[in-house]
Amino acid sequence: MIELDRITRGFQVGDQLVQALREVSLNIAAGEFVSIMGPSGSGKSTLLNLLGLLDRPNSGTYRLDGLDVTGLDEVAAATVRREKIGFVFQFFHLVPRLTAAGNVALPLLLAEVAPGERKKRVARLLADVGLSGRADHLPAQLSGGQLQRVAIARAMSMNPSILLADEPTGNLDRATGREVLALLEDLNQRGTTLIVVTHDQEIGARAGRRIVMEDGRVVTDKVS
Amino acid sequence: MTLGDTLSLAWGSLIHQPRRTLLIALAMSIGVGSVVVLTALGEGARRYVLEQFASLGTNLLIVIPGRAETTGGAPGVLSGQTTRDLTLSDADAVTRLRGVARTAPLNVGVAQVSRGSLSREAILLGTTADMLEIRHTHLARGRYLPPGPSDQAAPVCVLGERIRAELFGTDNAIGEWVRIGDRRFRVIGIVTAQGQQMGFNTDETVAIPVAAAQQLFNTESLFRILVEVRGREAVPAVKESVLALLKTRHENDADVTVITQDAVLATFDRILTALTLAVAGIAAISLGVAGVLIMNVMLVSVAQRRSEIGLLKALGAPAASVRLLFLAEAGLISILGAAGGLILGLAASFALGRLYPVLPIAPPLWAVAAAVATALVAGMLFAWLPARRAAKLDAALALARR
Ligand SMILES: Nc1ncnc2c1ncn2[C@@H]1O[C@H](COP(=O)(O)OP(=O)(O)OP(=O)(O)O)[C@@H](O)[C@H]1O
Ligand SMILES: [Mg+2]
Repeated sequence: MIELDRITRGFQVGDQLVQALREVSLNIAAGEFVSIMGPSGSGKSTLLNLLGLLDRPNSGTYRLDGLDVTGLDEVAAATVRREKIGFVFQFFHLVPRLTAAGNVALPLLLAEVAPGERKKRVARLLADVGLSGRADHLPAQLSGGQLQRVAIARAMSMNPSILLADEPTGNLDRATGREVLALLEDLNQRGTTLIVVTHDQEIGARAGRRIVMEDGRVVTDKVS
Repeated sequence: MTLGDTLSLAWGSLIHQPRRTLLIALAMSIGVGSVVVLTALGEGARRYVLEQFASLGTNLLIVIPGRAETTGGAPGVLSGQTTRDLTLSDADAVTRLRGVARTAPLNVGVAQVSRGSLSREAILLGTTADMLEIRHTHLARGRYLPPGPSDQAAPVCVLGERIRAELFGTDNAIGEWVRIGDRRFRVIGIVTAQGQQMGFNTDETVAIPVAAAQQLFNTESLFRILVEVRGREAVPAVKESVLALLKTRHENDADVTVITQDAVLATFDRILTALTLAVAGIAAISLGVAGVLIMNVMLVSVAQRRSEIGLLKALGAPAASVRLLFLAEAGLISILGAAGGLILGLAASFALGRLYPVLPIAPPLWAVAAAVATALVAGMLFAWLPARRAAKLDAALALARR
């Protein structure tokens, strides 16, 4: 479902051009669990941002579900993100003044889902991540693991086909990280394509397909 | 995102920082409030002046001796350039013109009016019987000046209510004698209390036949001739014929000025409306200041909420929705400020109205609407830059950091 063909992305820093991605070509099928590892600065986040249409390549093409999305305009890209892609971040990025339920409802708000339907879906999503009792809690009243579970519920609220997670356990202790990963694996079992960037060898090893990047290139790509 | 959801999201962010929101709204309120109060005052003054003039009747011509200067606005009398006197026979001639319903010559002066040991200074109006109709004067008792040739100096007078009260108290005044200057006059009527009219208080005037007044003041000339025209449409035509007539009577010298009530009204209306607009404009500047405040605060807010904005974009909000969200915040603050300003302004107008009961103080609807609209437009306009900055934010960059 994801086809990258010779994707290049460079950043102009002062008078120097930093090549974050060098001709990356990659195909990912629906339902895969892919881990991306590699040293800091190797271009993992840049790749994930491109996959999530938050960024555009300088050259190369990106096809999503058979559709060329490389040159989509801003509004069309937003629509694709809303309907097909879920994000999970290292720093959770919950809106501090909104309750857990309010945060989970945000994508539904953006998609103009009717309030009644919204409420039902939010309740189910929170139940799925085991936080039914925390619906009215503000982020400040939740633990790191709980915050990330709320963020996952939010990412899944539009039932996206792809879930992109950039170091989802980077801010959690090992035990909590395992719980969160179990939750993500569970979603993958149910059919969501899961792409996780991580520094954690244990997590990386659990993925069905393990990609290692170095200096903007894919250096290993193993399927077990 | 629906408009309702956008507004409720914006509202949530506003009440999350109540002090910040209240301060900006207060700044907006002061601007809106001062526009409302100042226009209320200006409009009060305008209506007050117009009412004064309207009480004289609108199909009235006023003939003034002296030529109106073409350069300055003031008629000759005011600049002391009277060339030829207006006389009683001028007035009689005007009366016979087509389209003239009635005329009243007018002499004005100040004289001592006394009865026995009681004495008082009063404004003396020398005029004729027709003045009653022309100035819409109401009689409390007795009659007005007797009709008849204007050159008859009958020793009779009509007292204003205040003069009567001071000279006669509870005594009967009709038929009694008073002394005005060095002559004696019999009181034949009392004018009801009417308050201010065209600069002087009718209650404090004494009317006597114009011929008597001219003897008393030792003059042949008139101060004014008031001409009531039959129907308002005829006013311009009659004005022309009055000018033509007086020109021939004054040896082909156009040395009088005829002003129409409408023209005077219109001039005052223009001046006072301009004044009201000017003060409203000055007050509106404070709305601009409030707008700058909104811009500053919103810029800070956009910088503080970078990750929230990035998140919204990652979740699928197009730039337009993000922009709308910030504009909605500014709009809501402005509405809050406008509402507060209206309450502030109306309360202050009410208080001023209590303080100065003669002025009909009420903010005009257009000013209220304009103040509120300006507040909203200023709020949105100054929020445009911050909102645009938010909409253009690079989501990937904003989300990379905490
Ligand atoms: N917006 C940007 N402007 C300039 N340079 C950038 C930008 N984003 C990334 N880079 C550069 O591109 C390279 C790849 O960055 P990227 O964030 O993808 O690395 P990463 O593999 O995610 O590293 P980490 O493990 O530290 O998160 C780095 O050299 C980085 O400095
Ligand atoms: Mg990274």
